Order: sequence, then structure tokens, then C-alpha cells
Amino acid sequence: MVFDSETKLWLSGNEAIALGAWEAGVTVASGYPGTPSTEIMANLSRYEGVYTEWAPNEKVGLEVAIGACFAGARALATTKHVGLNVAADPLFTAAYTGVRGGLVILNADDPQMHSSQNEQDNRNYAFAAKLPMLEPSDPAEAKEMMARAYALSEQLDTPVIVRITTRIAHVKGVVAKGQRQPPPEPSIEKVPAKLVMLPGNARVRRKAVEERMAAARDLAETLPENRIEPGSGLRGFITSGVPYNYVKEAFPTAPVLKLGMVWPLPEQMIREFAASVEEVIVVEELDPFLENHLKAMGIACRGKDIIPGQGELNSFIVRKAVEPESIGELFAPLDLPMRPPNMCAGCPHRGLFYGLSKMKDVFVSGDIGCYTLGFLPPLSAMDACVCMGASVTMAHGMAKAMGEKGEGKIVAVLGDSTFLHSGITGLLNTVYNKSYASVIILDNRTTAMTGHQENPASGRNILGEIAPAVDLEQLCKALGVARVVVVNPHDVQETRKVLKEEVAAPEASVIISRAPCVLLPEEVKRPKPVYFTNLDNCTGCSLCVQMGCPAISWTPLTPEEAVARGYREKQKGFAQIAEVQCLGCGQCAAVCAFDAITRKEARS
Amino acid sequence: MKQSGNILFSGVGGQGILLASELTAYAQLAAGFDVKKSEVHGMAQRGGSVEAHLRYGEKVYSPLIELGAADILVAFEILEAVRYLPYLHRDSAVVVNTQKILPPAVALGKATYPVDILNELKSRHIKVVALDAFAVADSVGELRTVNVAMVGAMSNFLAVDPEIFLQVIDTEIKEEFREVNKKAFAAGRAAVHA
Repeated sequence: MVFDSETKLWLSGNEAIALGAWEAGVTVASGYPGTPSTEIMANLSRYEGVYTEWAPNEKVGLEVAIGACFAGARALATTKHVGLNVAADPLFTAAYTGVRGGLVILNADDPQMHSSQNEQDNRNYAFAAKLPMLEPSDPAEAKEMMARAYALSEQLDTPVIVRITTRIAHVKGVVAKGQRQPPPEPSIEKVPAKLVMLPGNARVRRKAVEERMAAARDLAETLPENRIEPGSGLRGFITSGVPYNYVKEAFPTAPVLKLGMVWPLPEQMIREFAASVEEVIVVEELDPFLENHLKAMGIACRGKDIIPGQGELNSFIVRKAVEPESIGELFAPLDLPMRPPNMCAGCPHRGLFYGLSKMKDVFVSGDIGCYTLGFLPPLSAMDACVCMGASVTMAHGMAKAMGEKGEGKIVAVLGDSTFLHSGITGLLNTVYNKSYASVIILDNRTTAMTGHQENPASGRNILGEIAPAVDLEQLCKALGVARVVVVNPHDVQETRKVLKEEVAAPEASVIISRAPCVLLPEEVKRPKPVYFTNLDNCTGCSLCVQMGCPAISWTPLTPEEAVARGYREKQKGFAQIAEVQCLGCGQCAAVCAFDAITRKEARS
Repeated sequence: MKQSGNILFSGVGGQGILLASELTAYAQLAAGFDVKKSEVHGMAQRGGSVEAHLRYGEKVYSPLIELGAADILVAFEILEAVRYLPYLHRDSAVVVNTQKILPPAVALGKATYPVDILNELKSRHIKVVALDAFAVADSVGELRTVNVAMVGAMSNFLAVDPEIFLQVIDTEIKEEFREVNKKAFAAGRAAVHA
């Protein structure tokens, strides 16, 4: 099988899903970036004949897709698992209206929390919202299932959720090329009884939901994506999604029922399969979703009693759970210094968090983004982080709980994209309900964490075209914030001064900490100075080291070594800048009181 | 020719591990294998430990390498080689770049970078091929080819014709960088022996 690039492609799951959506005739797609789903929209934006956009949040994204499908288009909303929480409101009622053109919600879960704050299992949304859900096992299937999802959506008059996980999104595999289906012609059609969900109509649609799910259950029995793979042995596996691969690796000859549709379930097929084997083992990641429904059907099975319910699975875990005696000896891990992610050299957030790290009695209510790394030592300047936008509202709640005692001690920190995602309403509440909590908007001109997606403040859209940029100062003022200050976080001393003043203020205030992300392409190209250490002047005070810049490292010295280098005997060590890593922000030079850090000529 | 195998790539975010694993994947595809590769994006990119799993064979299901099942470990940093010890088996080959990048706790003076840490692999009779990939990249005149030099060194352990790798460089790397990357591949390949 030599690779034939005429008929096959080597794609990540996210690239394959974008291709699948395009081939299915999608013409409108909206979503907010979120690992591991981000690259779907980014890739789809490169195809002709499909409108794509970054929405400010997932609720907006899904509502845009609902509107497009009401106009008869095939529409796509993309989100990571926690983003579907944000979009849950339209999700549950779109289940009642149904669709005109096909509507698919592409949901990416993140078991193991590679880049997430929780690992919720969004198969539960399919059950709760009464929506069909498909679950592919690899990039090739993911692409094919997009076409299936749109066909089902239109056939059953329902939104369909396609659930993937990190190990599809960011796995590359061989995918077959296909043809694009002609997109349906959009039109305006007034069907208020179906689309206006006030109680009288909704009660009627409520019945339609049940009828549709009954039809979906029947359809599930013969859907090609649900299949029994016969095998030998008395033990049979029921599985879906990525874990299917782990079962096939660990037990290649065992009988398997592979469920490509995880809701609703093909009860007869499951019963048939269960009757054909001595023992059923359900292998699924996270919750016992299939297992619980099997048990509710009265089918005896094993599952979470042996298969872990937390974190990712792999074929090793599955094999070990089922046949622990088959596991040979392994090399034990060594105790090594960990290498957690870190704010980049030159990151503007560092200057701001350095300031906050000096305000020991201030509670920093944090948020979701690169800057959540401000939590890590040595800065250790974040005290809470729950979900997108919550920094602002939690700080307000805390201020109300603390009353006067909390004045000057509570601050919220969130990024520009996060503020626009779900911080605006929180800030409105802070002002309206007369809070003193300060809000710091880290405006680095991009959505950095997920890989530099454009947002409504960046002045560009998903295609890189010029777009209106929201004026954050004017927006905050319009919400009623009287005190709005802009500061350059690379100016460490000025930033500290502003922080002190604004946090102490007895009314709500906003500090916009503004400097572009150093990894933005235009920043990477910009010639920058480099700083180097005058080792003769270093006193070993370690102030620069305490900023946690990856370009600065500490070398400990014994008293003899210190003397040999011409330092005082009690100098414990010295700090040094790795010039190749330095991006010239100058924050370290600003904190050095001994003239030991010097600026060099610009380097391109 | 080996009919299936597992290659683990490890290092620090920003070292070019994804491109190295990508070139290797394309070479295995061109050699006629089914291939799956798993990466992690997002949070992990910010200077943290980074890994890519590459599995090839007639038909590959799982995108993840099991513990004790990596046939080749291509490590771009010394500590990031030893960290993956549980993935290795007695016949594994480890191709390691001798670069050291200090983890934050070491840079802060709160921990020390282990000395002679590669002995932890050698003492377990694992084949370790250490390579100063920086020097190799420097010798071809482009420091940014460290990752391709590592692929060249690793290629000694695969039955894939090195010509296939050069063809992959032709198709996957921008024209202006092709020649220097081919040189880096060849120099990396010549620098070590399987």
C-alpha cells in the first residue's frame, strides 16, 4: 500500500472534520477557539464556498449556526467540551425546533485535561438534550461521519452532535478524499409553530422530540456506523470512539460491538451481541455512559469496576484492566525535575503578574488563557480560576461577601479574548451593583493560548481581513466604569504603581494591560534588542530570577566559588540571561538595582 | 523489513518535534505503511515537555504507544529522554540530542539538573546514541535544522530507504530550506551508527 496522494490525505482529525464538513456541503460555520477543537474552524476557513467565523463565544457560535440552518443552509458549530456548557441554552431548545438545513455541533472533549479545566463527558449532553450523537474512532471515520451527521440531521429534523476527543482532534491518520455535495439553496420560510418556542408551540414540539428519538432508535439498529465485528472467545467488548482502537490493539481477535452512534442506542443490536458472548465488557473513556444504559436495559456487563473512569485510556490500560496477569515488567519512572509549561520569554503578562506577586494580601481572581500560568511559581500570583469570564464575577461576589474588609484586596485578571467571550456582562454587573473589585484586562491583541486566533478586538477576522476592532476603553466606559487606565506591562515600575492605585480605589476600575503577544508573527519579525548580564555587577539578589523568565537561570555558588569569581563570600549565586532566548522585553533590567542587566543593539 | 513499530519523539515545546515526527510519518507512508501519529497542542506548547507518538504497520488502530513498547525514542533533550524510560524496552534504541534545557525549578535554583543521567538508560542495557545535533546543524550552516539532523540520525534504525526521506523533504519543506535540510539529514545520518 504505497501512499496515493490522489485519493488519500494525511490529516489530523480536525483537518479531516473540516474536510468532512466541506464535502457535506456546509456553507456557514461559527465557533470560538478552544483546545482541542480550534483547528477545525481554522482549516474550514481555507475552503471555497463556506462562510466561517470566530464568534466571541460558543453560545453566539451555536446560535449563528441555528440561524443559518433555519435559512436552509447546512451549518456547523464547533466547540470544546466546556464551550458546550456556554452554548447549552440554545442547544436544549434547538432540540425542540429541529432544523431546516442540517445542523451539526462538533464537540471536542479533553479526557486527561491536556489543556482544560475539567474533563466532563459530553455524551451526557446527548442524553440530556435528547439529541443524536455520533462518535468516530479516528480521523478517517471522523470525516465520513460528518456526511452521516448532516444526513441524519435532515432526515430526523434534529441537530446532531458529533463528539470527538483530543486523540482524534490531534491524531493524524490516512483519510480518503471525497466529493463535495451540492449545498442546499438557502431560503426564507416562515414556520412559526416549529421555530417560535413559546409554551404552546414548545409543548407540541416536545412530542415531536420523542417521536424523533423513537425514529432515531429504530434507525440506530441498522446504521452502518453501529456494527458487530465477530471474533473468537467468550468475552465480548462494547465500545465506541477512540477506546475502540484500544480494544482492537489489546484484544485483536475478540468479538466487538462498535457503536458509531452513542445516542440513542441500538437496544436490539446490543441485546443480540450480549447474548452471543459469555461476558460483556464495556470499554469507554470517562463516565459509565454506555454501561449505565446497558444496565438500565437489564444487560449484565462489566465496565467501570475495572476500566478507569478518570483520565485517558490507552491499550495498555485496557489490557491491564482486563488481563492484569498479561502485563510484563516495565522500567519504573525516575524522579526528575518536572517541566511544566511556562510563560514565554518576553511575555507581557509577566510584567503584570510580577506586580501582582508583590501584592501579597490581594486575592487574584483569575481566568482561562496563557496567563493562567501566572499561578505557577515563582510568580504564584493567581488564587482562583474556574471558567471563562468568571474572574470578574467571582471578584464581585467576593467583594460583596467581604464588604469593607475586602477593599483594596480583590482583583480580577482576564485576557482580551476572554473578556469579550464572557467578561463583559460580569463587568456590567460589577458596575451596576456597585462593587469595588478591580478588573485587569490583559490585552495582548490576540487569542494566544489556542494559537493566535483573531477576535473582535484584534482588528482582523478569521481570514485575516481588516475587521472593526472594539475599543476596550470605550466599551468599559460605556458599561459605566469611571476609572479606566491603560498601562504597558513591560514598564514594570509604572505597572506596579498603577496596580497599587487602582486596586486601592473604592470603586470599580479597569486596568488595560496592553502589549502584543511576543509570538504574534509581526512581533516575531520585529527587530528587538537583547539584554545581557554584566556578571561583575550581579550581587545574587535573584530579583530577576523571581520573574520566572525562561531566558534567565540561576547558578548557585559555594563560598569558595563566589570568592574565586570575585564576589563576596556570602553571595549565594548569580543570575544569567541566555541571550539566544531573550526577546528584549527589558522587564528584568527594570527590576535590577545593580546595573547588572544591559541592553544590546537590536537584533532582527 | 520490520512490519510494524513505534517511534516516540520527546523534547521541549519549540524544538521542532512536530516537524521531525511529520517527516518521519510521511516517510513511513511512502514506504507503504499505515501510520497514526498523536500530538498534544495548546497548553503543552509553552516550554513544557512535548511528545509525539508515531505508530506504523499494516493496519494501526491505537494512536498511542503503550508503556514498554517504544522501539525508538527520539529525544531532543537529555532529561526528556530519561523521562520516557517507562515507554522503553530492552531492545529499544534511544537517539538523544545532547542539549540541556533547564526546567523551571532548575533555572530557579530549586532543583538540580541530574548529572550523567543517560547512564540510567545505558545501565539498563538500552542502546543509547547521543548526538550533538546542534553541532551537526551548525556544520551545515543552519541551526534551525537540529530537528532534521535528529531525523537523519534516527533513520539509521529504520529499514526505510534514506532516499525516501530526501523525497519527503522535497515535498514538505519550503524550497529555500530544502537543500540545507537535506544536508542536515545526511549529516545526522552519518553522525551515528545503528
